[in-house]
Amino acid sequence: MPLFYEKRQLVTPGDLLAEDDYVAGDNTYKDDGKIYASRIGLVDYEARKVHVVALKAFYVPYVEDTVIGKVVEVTTGGWIVDINAPYFAMLRASDVVDRPFKPQTSDLPSIFDVGDLIIAQVVAYDRTRDPLLTVREPGLGKIMRGQLVEITATKIPRVIGRKGSMVSMIKRETGCQITIGQNGLILISGKTPEDERLAVMALHKIEEESHTSGLTDRVTEMLKKEKEGVEHT
Amino acid sequence: MRLDGRKLNELRPTKIEVGVLGNADGSAYIEQGKNKILAAVYGPKEVHPRHLARPDRAVLRCRYHMAPFSVDERKSPAPSRREVELSKVIREALEPSIFVEYYPRTSIDIFIEVLQADGGTRCAGITTASLALADAGIPMRDLVAACASGKVDGHLVLDLMDVEDKAGEADVPLALMPNLNAVTLLQMDGSLTIEEFEKAVNLALDGCKQLYALQKEALKSRYVAVKEAVDE
Repeated sequence: MPLFYEKRQLVTPGDLLAEDDYVAGDNTYKDDGKIYASRIGLVDYEARKVHVVALKAFYVPYVEDTVIGKVVEVTTGGWIVDINAPYFAMLRASDVVDRPFKPQTSDLPSIFDVGDLIIAQVVAYDRTRDPLLTVREPGLGKIMRGQLVEITATKIPRVIGRKGSMVSMIKRETGCQITIGQNGLILISGKTPEDERLAVMALHKIEEESHTSGLTDRVTEMLKKEKEGVEHT
Repeated sequence: MRLDGRKLNELRPTKIEVGVLGNADGSAYIEQGKNKILAAVYGPKEVHPRHLARPDRAVLRCRYHMAPFSVDERKSPAPSRREVELSKVIREALEPSIFVEYYPRTSIDIFIEVLQADGGTRCAGITTASLALADAGIPMRDLVAACASGKVDGHLVLDLMDVEDKAGEADVPLALMPNLNAVTLLQMDGSLTIEEFEKAVNLALDGCKQLYALQKEALKSRYVAVKEAVDE
């Protein structure tokens, strides 16, 4: 039962990772007792499970994920939302309108119109039908202001950090509000454009260097240095 | 010794780059000898027109296209009979490498644009498109590397360029998933004896494995560069 790569080593699709008694985790597949990588990423082992932390992948909806999406169509019964996934998501009008919903009387575009950005949560998804969204939770709904940053969806856990260490550090250092969509879109709203610029910079750095270690410290250092530079000039 | 000074079993000098386009989900670029080919991938995404969607798997669509300035005499930009056929052949060479059943009701679109052609563009197209797919984050069984061998002036040679292909006796393009040892494309144009054919296939297999090493290096290079810069 050999393993062929060390932890956190870079692999490409088709690389043989392990043989025999191991279990194939995320971004790997098993064929004839052998486990191969199916995406470019970093190998990781947990007990008998082998998985790859992908460096490039698209978002696949997951129930209870918070996502940021764009309304692409208003239909008679609701909205169709692009959530950066292989499938468009549906948001039903009955989820938003308090009174019993009547298509004849409700003016749906006045609630969300085409082009509006919304924060929503996935309530149902199973690949055979399009994902279903809700905005009936605190913090969800239309986005009124802020900046949107797009990164690869698989790097979101890195942005959050262990127990939220990374994102809370960025919030603290920049004083910005940060809402993370699991689909790779992040909303930043700060008091000044300068604060937002710093947060955007930090996020881009995380995306660029997500596969290296000691990242939180380097991002903190960069933010501190940037802030000093601004105060001096 | 060949016209361009290569040995019989030598590939053309090859340079591969991944992630060259900003707007596509995945992309790659290859320079193999005088060939210059760009590949872009979109998806998986909703299928348009809707009726093409399959309930059990993603549809793979592929367009191989030669730019009007890719050859000596201007080529009409309209898809020719040859390009339509190559699009199909390339699609079928790449399909076994992709887990199409993971994303039903979607499409994955591949665009291969030949900017400059000098023989062996279908193979270079497959090699490049496979990298673009990996760059788009599409789950794959293995990368696909492709390379041709053939018979020119009585000698079996690897990676034919345009003159060798036109003047030669035979051409055997082959695509391979090297880690799985699975051939996904095998064609032959011209005539070879059974022994020669076997040798030609082995030669092409060897070429694919060399290209595979280059592909992996190209795919990793961006991440390796960042890591090295950070480690310093």
